[in-house]
Amino acid sequence: MQQVDDIKPCYPLFRQDEYKESLGNKQDQFEERHDADKVQDTFTWTTTAEYRDLNFKREALTVNPAKACQPLGAVLCALGFEKTLPYVHGSQGCVAYFRTYFNRHFKEPISCVSDSMTEDAAVFGGQKNMIDGLENAKALYKPDMIAVSTTCMAEVIGDDLNAFITNTKKAGNIPDDFPTPYAHTPSFVGSHVTGWDNMFEGVMRYFTLNTMEGKEPGKNGKINIVPGFETYLGNYRVMHRMLDEMGVAHTMLSDPTEVLDTPADGQFRMYAGGTTQDEVKDAPNATNTFLLQPLQLDKTRKYVEGTWKHEVPKLNIPMGLEWTDEWLMKVSEVTGKEIPASLVKERGRLVDMITDSHTWLHGKKFGLYGDPDFVMGMAKFLTELGAEPTHILCNNGSKKWNKAMRAVMDETPYGKDAKLYPGADLWHFRSLMFTEKPDFMIGNSYGKFIQRDTLHKGKEFEVPLIRIGFPIFDRHHLHRATTLGYEGAMQVLTTLVNSVLERLDEETRGMGTTDYNYDLVR
Amino acid sequence: MALRQCAIYGKGGIGKSTTTQNLVAALAESGKKVMIVGCDPKADSTRLILHSKAQNSVMELAAEAGSVEDLELEDVLSVGFGGIKCVESGGPEPGVGCAGRGVITAINFLEEEGAYDDELDFVFYDVLGDVVCGGFAMPIRENKAQEIYIVCSGEMMAMYAANNIAKGIVKYANSGSVRLAGLICNSRQTDREDELIEALARMLGTQMIHFIPRANSVQHAEIRRMTVIEYDPTNPQADEYRQLANKIVNNKKFVIPTPITMDELEALLMEFGIMEVEDASIIGKKAAEIAA
Repeated sequence: MQQVDDIKPCYPLFRQDEYKESLGNKQDQFEERHDADKVQDTFTWTTTAEYRDLNFKREALTVNPAKACQPLGAVLCALGFEKTLPYVHGSQGCVAYFRTYFNRHFKEPISCVSDSMTEDAAVFGGQKNMIDGLENAKALYKPDMIAVSTTCMAEVIGDDLNAFITNTKKAGNIPDDFPTPYAHTPSFVGSHVTGWDNMFEGVMRYFTLNTMEGKEPGKNGKINIVPGFETYLGNYRVMHRMLDEMGVAHTMLSDPTEVLDTPADGQFRMYAGGTTQDEVKDAPNATNTFLLQPLQLDKTRKYVEGTWKHEVPKLNIPMGLEWTDEWLMKVSEVTGKEIPASLVKERGRLVDMITDSHTWLHGKKFGLYGDPDFVMGMAKFLTELGAEPTHILCNNGSKKWNKAMRAVMDETPYGKDAKLYPGADLWHFRSLMFTEKPDFMIGNSYGKFIQRDTLHKGKEFEVPLIRIGFPIFDRHHLHRATTLGYEGAMQVLTTLVNSVLERLDEETRGMGTTDYNYDLVR
Repeated sequence: MALRQCAIYGKGGIGKSTTTQNLVAALAESGKKVMIVGCDPKADSTRLILHSKAQNSVMELAAEAGSVEDLELEDVLSVGFGGIKCVESGGPEPGVGCAGRGVITAINFLEEEGAYDDELDFVFYDVLGDVVCGGFAMPIRENKAQEIYIVCSGEMMAMYAANNIAKGIVKYANSGSVRLAGLICNSRQTDREDELIEALARMLGTQMIHFIPRANSVQHAEIRRMTVIEYDPTNPQADEYRQLANKIVNNKKFVIPTPITMDELEALLMEFGIMEVEDASIIGKKAAEIAA
């Protein structure tokens, strides 16, 4: 029983005898479950190659997707603009999901509204919801901009955002000149990264499409940085720092670092920081636009090239050593600014760290999953460290991703055996972790259940999870870390090598058995 | 000349697809570059141009390939008579799924894949029946069709449908540049049909752009899966479609329609003798009661 002066959480409370007995009775008398042997046999069967082959024949079912839906991305994009309220046209539950998803990852309140479409809106269309919603949201939360995206419900009935928003303004419910960029973001197409791309294009379109007169590339002497769906706050900060050190004037287009990292000083900030409307309007005047996650920004690239007439550089995500080098050299080429000594030194430190750790990482095998650009950068960096990415799974990866990823892996002996799985889910990944066990897996928090399952088969089958990706719900503050640039490479390297060493300690801690290798110095 | 995008609406069975294809064939014959986008799950908007039963539709191919993203433009776009480009959006079997979403998906796909190239003069959307849901309004949303033609006849339900479609257009016309461009009367040989449709057009604030007489040659061509223009270019009916094509090329009368009420429509029908003046004394009376 729970004691008032010694309150315990569910663990270890439920390990006490009276709870064990009570839960046992419930299982025996009410759950009508199969006997333990049958459960164990079935579990064992799911770990076999036979099961894996059946699993990969699945056609019409996704189990544990490694992706989220478009409007989630649209909300993150909107949060990156100054005093902007993300507004999702559709049902309320969807928006509750976006808020909790980000709450749990960032440990911050997320301000985002829905116009709460219900049965009648599904039948008559959501225009009335839009009219009331925009008026109320503006009056209550006093944003300077409302960025509208959609859920599947609104998309299936074919609601037309342009018409609805224009009608709201014509009816006088919000002023004509109040900024209301929008994007159609059907959840059943693409993923959260597509939604980010769509919303971003919507914002750029709203502020620049009809005001291109007098604007030309190079006029303001800055460069634009487009992050894409980026949840590592350190990545925004490291970009600012590197470009500041280079003396490159720049605009981060969509920068949510302030609103997703507010201080606890007694003041609630519904809005904080973010790219200003003036900066967006001025963006076509930049010398060029750099896309940090180019594989997921198709629509943005088309718009920037077509309307702004920027020749977007063809680069990879600036992760690891070589691709950060290439990125900085391209910035230097475009802007004419030299790469400063401080960054050269930083690079040298990274190379030093890589040589210090390479003996522990060489030949270590990693399975990884996540968004298209992230897994590509991560796999590339692993090969730079002498580690081997063996399984690379990208649920929202396209044919294009598959081709690009293959080419990168084929460049090096560390990558040539890597197997690629575009469109596959985490249940596929689970099979692979049993039948073709790597040393570690890299991915978001959902991988912890695969780790538990592999451990259940036996300690020697356990694949430990290294948490890098999105979302990370079960560890704190990792969203503040950095994965891009030399700084990001240093942090990722530190995480990787220490995970290897932690695991080695765990395996060699056996008193008198394995502790001959339980070394003080590694 | 800039690309003109036109959508053809009208009551089911009125002859939208036949009229559209004959009209488009006439435009192609005069040297225009035209694309037809069929927005109807029946997928019968291009068969007279392609001489086929039904073209493989975008949704059908997408369902086979797994998703729309796996398709290429050349998979869904066929070229037929007179270089006319043909696409069918397709959709589900009757009674299941959502055909409107199919139209949205197909048109988005065409836009993203660059089907609307600079060389095109006209795009025609042949849209199923009424504007029953948001999906079927897709062709008249932003940056798409700006001219709407309604095919109708002198029958009451066809005119009722035309008025309903005009109501749909008003919703989008107020926030965008879509306009009603005219009624096309596809004759059913009812009495004073041309005058009636002209009167309806006036009330809606638009014009009857052309009166197409009924002719068996259309059916003769159709059983050969051809347009009259192709099957028998010298037939007088082919000239009717050429006239319609010419009028559309030169059309400047684009209006925000002024839909009428049910009472006004009934009054119009009574005036032309299509509907009898209501005799209040017979309402709710059984045959036996009237005989007594």
